Amino acid sequence: MQELSLNVLDIAQNSIRAEASLITITVEQRTADSFLEISIADNGCGMSEEQVAHVMDPFFTTRTTRKVGLGVPFFKMSAEATGGSFSIVSELGKGTRTTASYRTDHIDMLPLGDMNATILILITMNPDRDFVYRRSLDERIYTLDTRELKEVLEDVPLNAPEVADFIRSSLEEGEAELLGGPAAP
Amino acid sequence: MKSLEELKAIRERVRGNVHLRKEDSPDNIRVVVGMATCGIAAGARPVLAAFTEEVAKRDLQNVMVTQTGCIGICQYEPVVEVFEPDGKKTTYVKMTADKAARVVTEHLVNGKVVEEYTIGSISNLK
Repeated sequence: MQELSLNVLDIAQNSIRAEASLITITVEQRTADSFLEISIADNGCGMSEEQVAHVMDPFFTTRTTRKVGLGVPFFKMSAEATGGSFSIVSELGKGTRTTASYRTDHIDMLPLGDMNATILILITMNPDRDFVYRRSLDERIYTLDTRELKEVLEDVPLNAPEVADFIRSSLEEGEAELLGGPAAP
Repeated sequence: MKSLEELKAIRERVRGNVHLRKEDSPDNIRVVVGMATCGIAAGARPVLAAFTEEVAKRDLQNVMVTQTGCIGICQYEPVVEVFEPDGKKTTYVKMTADKAARVVTEHLVNGKVVEEYTIGSISNLK
């Protein structure tokens, strides 16, 4: 993967396949510590301890259609290459949390990339699920919660083009403020 | 910041649109983009975004853009399959956002398959 936001898109597909109804994606960045942490947490079917041990292995997959599963190993590698860490905490019937932390000053640090494109695709392709996207940079925080949007939208779906446009501009404005626009109130 | 008031206005506007699209109508054309690890790594995200944006821009009510997992031809990713109501299936390979825009105009709107992007026209296996 050329950028970390693509790993996020890929790992979130696992949450969707695990029948999660709520997926929380958090990106936390602390400049002074050269620290970046990405987590994808879901309330899906979860995995047994044995499965958790196995998913880090590229030659393990629950699929029967092919013999390799590279999503988790790619994500793990991206973090560990920077001297960061990687963990999966999962419980059967409860859900899974995948966390990757990075040392952003490391030469092998990949760019975070276009998180907004990832979040927009996840929301519009899975309008029946809920997503919480929380992104923080030092003291500033941006949050998007589809449950709040759905409350306003009532029967209008999240993937109606006008709604998708609204979400896109909200994400863009949120990111612009985070990355040094006008100070957060 | 975008306000929820603004969203309310959008809700009313969308509701005012006479026909809400029928998601599972048999008359729909389905565009399916492979979004497994292989597809994403090869560039499926901008391809999927291009399809949804072009379809929205042209207000193609009969086109559904969806995603799927790995269909087993990872070397050809990004792969896009187009299923038409008459059962015809077209498999486009090594797609890009630009190619997606052309498929929307020529195939989805005008009904003419863009042969040069199909799997059948790629002769040498890599």
